[in-house]
Amino acid sequence: MEYVKCRGKCVANCSAVRCFTFRRESKKYLVKDDLFLSGHRACQGCGATIAIRHVLKVAGRNCIIVQPTGCMEVVSTQYPETSWLVPYIHVAFENAAAVASGISRALKVKGIKAKPIVIAGDGGTVDIGLQSLSGMLERDENVLYICYDNEAYMNTGIQRSGSTPLFAATTTTPSGKLSKGEDRPKKDIAKIAIAHDIKYVATANVAFPLDFMKKVEKALKISGAAFIHILTPCPPGWRIPESKSIEIARLAVDTCMWILYEYENGKYKINYLPTVKKPVKEYLLLQGRFKHLDEKDIETIQKLVDKRYEELLKLAEITIQE
Amino acid sequence: MLILRQKTTLVNKTGGWRTFVPKFYKEKCIDCGSCHLYCPDSAIKRISEREYEINLDYCKGCGICSNECPTKAIEMILEEK
Repeated sequence: MEYVKCRGKCVANCSAVRCFTFRRESKKYLVKDDLFLSGHRACQGCGATIAIRHVLKVAGRNCIIVQPTGCMEVVSTQYPETSWLVPYIHVAFENAAAVASGISRALKVKGIKAKPIVIAGDGGTVDIGLQSLSGMLERDENVLYICYDNEAYMNTGIQRSGSTPLFAATTTTPSGKLSKGEDRPKKDIAKIAIAHDIKYVATANVAFPLDFMKKVEKALKISGAAFIHILTPCPPGWRIPESKSIEIARLAVDTCMWILYEYENGKYKINYLPTVKKPVKEYLLLQGRFKHLDEKDIETIQKLVDKRYEELLKLAEITIQE
Repeated sequence: MLILRQKTTLVNKTGGWRTFVPKFYKEKCIDCGSCHLYCPDSAIKRISEREYEINLDYCKGCGICSNECPTKAIEMILEEK
């Protein structure tokens, strides 16, 4: 059988010759039936639904999903239908982490071994839900919090959030003669979670499913709070073609706009570094929301990315997974 | 009573959103599973070795599977209804 050249899509760093690892390791996730059903109303090419499918592949039926309002809640639970085959509770924007804490305490009293999983968008995590998230992390509740980050409030029509990157055009930070889009850099929520000194914090990317599923698996085994931050592209919001959403998510890692790392028991570990670090220009110019940028703006973003990259390299002992 | 009548989203056939339809070529498939893992609509299932079934009732035709397939075993063609 002919093996093709790997395009570096799995985190197993096999870009050298042929992709055996992806084929070998993806097998165990292929046969399982999906617990997230078809027929939901997500846009074509939605990145966040892919991430949810990966979470449920690992978590199985033995979990309780808590979701604040957000894209994934809106598309999957329109009355009277549901896409979820697992226990599910929808709560308000502000209190997702607080409800999950309550559930984990109740499960402890009842002696049931399960872990509540919060799947929240970036608005529900970095802006509105931040205080309850901080409280939950600080008390070290037995909860896994997953933030899928599409970098704006997408389901209400692309308004800026705290997670919107520098110079991105949204409907509330439009680009034009007087404005260059968003004027502040992205809020680094993983860094905030690490500041609580919890046991496990990780960043993931939807284009690296094996890496993400391994991280979810690890986080579910830990007793205590865990936080995963995953980048999920949004074709209408980022103004990209539907078929390219995974390709662009991968470029985010290849240009080091998004670095895959873990923080476990006080130690940083970078999971994947591209062999050749591409310029951020390649990532930015594919997206309609960055179309208005000139060379100087791209240089500003490149400097920000380089600064964060150097900072993480210093923090981490670089170990690329086999 | 209302809760008892709750259904799953399987009643909602999203295949009608589609402009381009994926076509699967079994002979090119190397069974890596990328299409299944990257499908946002849970529409691609692995039946047996090197055999994947695309459920056209729910496929929205986004084209991620075709774009991500390393051997181009899935092709997007304009659908005629």
